[in-house]
Amino acid sequence: MSDNRYELNKQLAQMLKGGVIMDVTTPEQAKIAQEAGACAVMALERIPADIRAAGGVSRMSDPKMIQGIQEAVSIPVMAKCRIGHFAEAQILEAIEIDYIDESEVLSPADDVFHIDKTKFNVPFVCGAKDLGEALRRINEGASMIRTKGEPGTGDIVQAVRHMRKMNQEIAKLVSMREDELFQAAKELRVPYELVKQVYEEKRLPVVNFAAGGVATPADAALMMQLGAEGVFVGSGIFKSGNPAKRAAAIVQAVTNYNDAKLLAELSKDLGEAMVGINEQEIELLMAERGK
Amino acid sequence: MNIGVLAIQGAFAEHEQKLTALGADVFEIRQAKDLQNPMDGLILPGGESTVMGKLLQDLDLFDPLHKRIKEGLPVMGTCAGLILLAKQLADDDVVHFATMPVEVKRNAYGRQLGSFHTTHEMKGVGMIPMNFIRAPYVTKCTDEVEILAQVDEKIVAVQYKKQLGLAFHPEVTDCDKVHAYFLDMCQKR
Repeated sequence: MSDNRYELNKQLAQMLKGGVIMDVTTPEQAKIAQEAGACAVMALERIPADIRAAGGVSRMSDPKMIQGIQEAVSIPVMAKCRIGHFAEAQILEAIEIDYIDESEVLSPADDVFHIDKTKFNVPFVCGAKDLGEALRRINEGASMIRTKGEPGTGDIVQAVRHMRKMNQEIAKLVSMREDELFQAAKELRVPYELVKQVYEEKRLPVVNFAAGGVATPADAALMMQLGAEGVFVGSGIFKSGNPAKRAAAIVQAVTNYNDAKLLAELSKDLGEAMVGINEQEIELLMAERGK
Repeated sequence: MNIGVLAIQGAFAEHEQKLTALGADVFEIRQAKDLQNPMDGLILPGGESTVMGKLLQDLDLFDPLHKRIKEGLPVMGTCAGLILLAKQLADDDVVHFATMPVEVKRNAYGRQLGSFHTTHEMKGVGMIPMNFIRAPYVTKCTDEVEILAQVDEKIVAVQYKKQLGLAFHPEVTDCDKVHAYFLDMCQKR
């Protein structure tokens, strides 16, 4: 991957800012998402809540199904591959996906190594619970970061935890003396140059979205106020009573996340939210996959 | 000078940084009440045109902005912003402000793998870096439209009266010449 290509890939993520990326499983859902104002869709066979319910090994989706979604919409289409599964990533690149999510939602294919994303021309987004994870993924070539949250639960607590931790760690780094950055790089297990960049720019070197557990306009507004630059919504939309209305409300909540009066209007009459599971009730913590 | 930046989705913050660095006063447009600010120029940023088109309607921004552009408010649309200004789209019946007599093809270079960087001349501005990200280009325009840049025979920068439309993203490069050109345009209003 050339330097220019990496810059263009980071910049595509910049164009998605202030937007909502929605999980869809069919071309019809993709169209509903686009009409509701999604800035991109994530094509996958089963949404995280169903993956969680079904159990078993979860893999990359059928390329034919992904291509059906690519043909149905004009907005960018993303798709997931398993952590470390570079052959799945090669396949997704071959069908010209706009963004690959190397995702803990699927069963990891490698419990040590992530994909060397610098070998690809298509961009990658990766999940992170903290600054160290984010910078390790960026060092491997990721051009966008999202919180891991806890997918398929409808419970926002973990996404909040991950976003707060990221912000706290960046603030701590920025407050250091410059000669302390060498040790910080060692502790974060990342190259000094990346740590220096965060120190100077006071932010991650790439766009950072919230993901994992967003179910309501208020959840989306919460994550935006905590510093997310946009939001992924997985199970929250198509597991709810009125997907089109909820999707459109979440889109507006991300644009006007500071306007409580508007948020109150947006939160009315949305029908049933996804039922959700509390973090104490779940057996499988997807966020613990891939560090 | 007061420049309003449409801030409902996309890379609006990057435009704000460029304009602020050049000494302009910048405000964000997220709701109709934001239009009470005095405005000498308007930026329609890059992002997704379908999202912005929808939110402009949902947030009651479409009609007042449409009126201001028609009345001659200087406006610069980049990428999705160019699509919002176009009178016609090559592959879609849905148009937005439709104040600029050009036909634009969306995603004209294909998916993200078709995105590219180049350095090219823009009339009145000079040599500038141009980043095309899932970019459109202009397929047709009338004689009243001035073509400011062509890359590989595709029209990528146009001006019609006080409306400036660009297929690329001057806001993500380290060059501020295009923004200076636009501010100059607002000044001469």
